[in-house]
Amino acid sequence: MKSPVTFWLNGSETAVFVDAGANLLDVLRRGCGDLSPKYGCGQGGCGACTVLIDGEPHVSCLVLAETVAGRSVETTGGLSNGPDPHPLQRAFMEGFAAQCGYCTPGMLMAAKALLDRNPSPSRPEVEEAISGNLCRCTGYEPIVDAILEAARQRGAA
Amino acid sequence: MLEVQTYPTVGEAASAMDDRARFLGGGTLIMNRVNYGDRRFTRIVRTTDASLSEIRAQGDRLEVGAGVKMAEILASRDLDFLSPAARAVGGPAIRNMASVGGNLMAPHPYGDLAVALLALDADVRMVSGEEMSLEDFLARRNGVVRSLLVRRPQGDEFRFRKVSRVKPKGISVMSMAAHLTRSAGRLSGVRIAYGAMARTPVRVRAVENALEGVSLDLAGISAALSVATEGLDPPDDPIASGWYRREVAPVHLRRLLLGEDAR
Repeated sequence: MKSPVTFWLNGSETAVFVDAGANLLDVLRRGCGDLSPKYGCGQGGCGACTVLIDGEPHVSCLVLAETVAGRSVETTGGLSNGPDPHPLQRAFMEGFAAQCGYCTPGMLMAAKALLDRNPSPSRPEVEEAISGNLCRCTGYEPIVDAILEAARQRGAA
Repeated sequence: MLEVQTYPTVGEAASAMDDRARFLGGGTLIMNRVNYGDRRFTRIVRTTDASLSEIRAQGDRLEVGAGVKMAEILASRDLDFLSPAARAVGGPAIRNMASVGGNLMAPHPYGDLAVALLALDADVRMVSGEEMSLEDFLARRNGVVRSLLVRRPQGDEFRFRKVSRVKPKGISVMSMAAHLTRSAGRLSGVRIAYGAMARTPVRVRAVENALEGVSLDLAGISAALSVATEGLDPPDDPIASGWYRREVAPVHLRRLLLGEDAR
């Protein structure tokens, strides 16, 4: 049994039919064609599927899709401004903050939620903000550095 | 096939519950089971009832709706005494989703907030109107919870500590909470609760009894430390063995009671 759900995906009104019990991650990837959030563990333990719902980070694998009706969902797919990467994306590229890249979309969204709320975070605040996101490649330091660099560049702009 | 049923009031939702239904709060427990193909239930029951998300004064107690999220506890000045326990739950994304009611139902080794609430002698108000101690609720874990009722602790008499291998976010090796009430300068009526040391968060009466009438210093608490795990059979899991949990519990209990920083 499918039911209709309408929500705002990266600023665009989006309507999809969802299966009963479908999670938001599955609907974004298979229903909306937005492949930027990744499936990691399906338990909320890795953060690879992190998206923002009404500006706050959520693990989309544990969000019942129909609960986002009428709400705003942001994914990494909507971060860039046309060909121009988001400052966080640019800082991740220039700081080699991605190796395999699988955790990167979740890291970017967790970082965006932080910088939207706190434009000048401390290092511990950045570490706390990405504490629900696992990275098995980088050892986290380049990621934390990149988020701090993006914050600095935003402040300087 | 799974079916999702959404009701405007929590009363209607509670009436729709049976053995084949699961009540969806923040989703962190139930959606996990859905994703892993749990076939023990065929219906997800949820409600859009906003009253489940209220935090309000109720006499000398605070009433915390079962749908209140960990992030909302962290944002509430009235519930600042619960901040250490709410912050111990998951990362920021999980804290935006995980609810108070869900934490009471969380399987081992989860449920850190419930440990704090147990030490604070919280009561559970069911949707049916029935009220019971959290300890009694945890023993049966049945029914739909409307809210938690908890008194604000005085001064520094409430302490919480989560022990995990990964910082700042990690699953509990154990969590501990203490409500250190005093009478004439000595401990009296103390409540101690552990998480991840049994199937559910539990009170540790051997420790509570050993702390009765003593002073809060190393000499005073030594008898309590020697019975830190009396009556407990901590489970083995990928985070720690039961043996390890038993061995290190007295160290963490001492740190909790004396307010020592972990080294």
